[in-house]
Amino acid sequence: MPTLDMSQVELREVNQTLQGAAGTQIAEPYEIINPRGSHAVACGLNGPLTVTVKGSTGYYCAGMNKDATVHVEGSAGPGVAENMMSGTVVIDGDASQYAGATGHGGLLVIKGNASSRCGISMKGIDIVVHGNIGHMSAFMAQKGNLVVLGDAGEALGDSLYEARLFVRGSVKSLGADCIEKEMRPEHLKVLANLLEKAGADAKPEEFKRYGSARKLYNFNIDHADEY
Amino acid sequence: MDKTPQTDPRQSWTFSKETNSEIRRAAATGIYDIRGGGAKRRVPHFDDLLFLGASISRYPLEGYREKCGTDVVLGTRFAKKPIELKIPITIAGMSFGSLSANAKEALGRGATMAGTSTTTGDGGMTEEERGHSEKLVYQYLPSRYGMNPDDLRRADAIEVVVGQGAKPGGGGMLLGQKITERVAGMRDLPVGIDQRSACRHPDWTGPDDLEIKILELREITNWEKPIYIKVGGARPYYDTALAVKAGADVIVLDGMQGGTAATQDVFIEHVGQPTLACIRPAVQALQDLGLHREVQLVVSGGIRTGADVAKALALGADAVSIGTAALVALGDNDPKWEAEYNKLGTTAGAYDDWHEGRDPAGITTQDPELMARLDPEAAGRRLRNYLNVMTLEAQTLARACGKSHVHNLEPEDLCALTMEAAAMAQVPLAGTNWWPGKPGF
Repeated sequence: MPTLDMSQVELREVNQTLQGAAGTQIAEPYEIINPRGSHAVACGLNGPLTVTVKGSTGYYCAGMNKDATVHVEGSAGPGVAENMMSGTVVIDGDASQYAGATGHGGLLVIKGNASSRCGISMKGIDIVVHGNIGHMSAFMAQKGNLVVLGDAGEALGDSLYEARLFVRGSVKSLGADCIEKEMRPEHLKVLANLLEKAGADAKPEEFKRYGSARKLYNFNIDHADEY
Repeated sequence: MDKTPQTDPRQSWTFSKETNSEIRRAAATGIYDIRGGGAKRRVPHFDDLLFLGASISRYPLEGYREKCGTDVVLGTRFAKKPIELKIPITIAGMSFGSLSANAKEALGRGATMAGTSTTTGDGGMTEEERGHSEKLVYQYLPSRYGMNPDDLRRADAIEVVVGQGAKPGGGGMLLGQKITERVAGMRDLPVGIDQRSACRHPDWTGPDDLEIKILELREITNWEKPIYIKVGGARPYYDTALAVKAGADVIVLDGMQGGTAATQDVFIEHVGQPTLACIRPAVQALQDLGLHREVQLVVSGGIRTGADVAKALALGADAVSIGTAALVALGDNDPKWEAEYNKLGTTAGAYDDWHEGRDPAGITTQDPELMARLDPEAAGRRLRNYLNVMTLEAQTLARACGKSHVHNLEPEDLCALTMEAAAMAQVPLAGTNWWPGKPGF
């Protein structure tokens, strides 16, 4: 397995190597060692490639990922897998703020906890957090699924659109226009599939579903207190 | 019997007819006024400056014989592929959604024929726009509607939008009536709902984060694309310095006359500084950092003529950007639609309800019938002509000041007609060698 040692190789060379490999059809898996919290590691991958990062990363690891699988054997800084289009990103440890922000597709799995604003403005990505998530998560979330096995912080799903939120533990408070919704069979199916893909030991029936009350979709002066 | 003479009815300056009409409107609806465009109030502007021209102490250039260059290169600091433009006038970011596809195509056609760039907006990149724009700047906005790495790579430059002159500190709103299936699809949202654009980016706060965000964007695009940072005219000295610190190749600085598709009137008229007041502090920041001309400055907000272009450049800008003026060149607010403007309760020149999607000129609308009124080829030619005229005008003024390139214009070529303009532009009040705040006085 080719190894890129970030104590020896500059970020530019690391990403150039990975981006080049992701563009080829049959690329070997890559391993990155000594990431030492570097920012923008393995971002902009544009094809099927497996990358394992042995250690923790800084901001925007696997940003805008497309088709690749990035596995961080450590924790990830802010904005991990931001604007991801497709593929899979797995964080063994915790993730900082804005995990999966604006993601359009693919699967982000965080095996530890995620900080505030997890899934902010998500646009189709699926995010599974094995631990807890911080405040203002799924703010203005548009599409996709956010699954939380632990607890959610304050103002979950504030001003959200059509994203679906599934939380097993407690929710400190719901944000504007976010309500608990009925868990129907189709939701249990989606949830079961995501839990399986994320290797999560939980039953869909243990979760509650939250979504948009759709009261703020069109401006209405009678709802001014909500804004 | 003789009548006692009476004074004419006197309208209050404080409670003008316009003010009272807004009070009545607010009382009737309970909601603030939303409109498009930029500040309509009179503020010190380029009209308050004059060029001195050449005489005995300055040597002019021959108008039809001696060359006066207009080319500009943007993004020379870090990008591997800077943008080379024939003229120092670019087309500002305006979204597909707020504008029709035909209007976006026309902007691309006109800009390309004139040798300059156009810019996407808060709604992603359309094929019409990419296909017809030889040089296209891709805006990276808080909403990230339609943002994807493929479009990022096929852009010629990336503009990280922090703010805009019409509403520094404000987000956007595209009202439901303009959200057709295509617009909604590009934004990953349902048809017909109001689409809010956040006022802050979702995954960075402050200049230290922005620096890392720019690193990521460069890593994704192989360090090829110039990275612009667009700011509204709020605190131009510090915003410019911080943008430079964050790693920008180009600063886009938009004064309060800069337009928007839809924002509260109170925001447009009461937040931000006039364009004229923004330029010198921004240039000063670049000079203090030793990066004037290495990090390029693009100024926008109320640019209408070649004189405005030349004055902005003389104050230290590398290029200007136009939005509202480009729409007027395409056909916006044309008196030929007067009867239809009247039906909408307005008049040509004053129409600013762009968010309602009923634009008679077919520009700020998604209505297929109205859109069809704008022929993108003819409108593109009008924009090309207008850009050419502005360039010729700027060259005329530069030659009169003895400059072989429009970038050689300098503050020393200018004087001001008012104290306010003299203070803001830091050029002498006409007939004096003084301006308010000049050191040594």
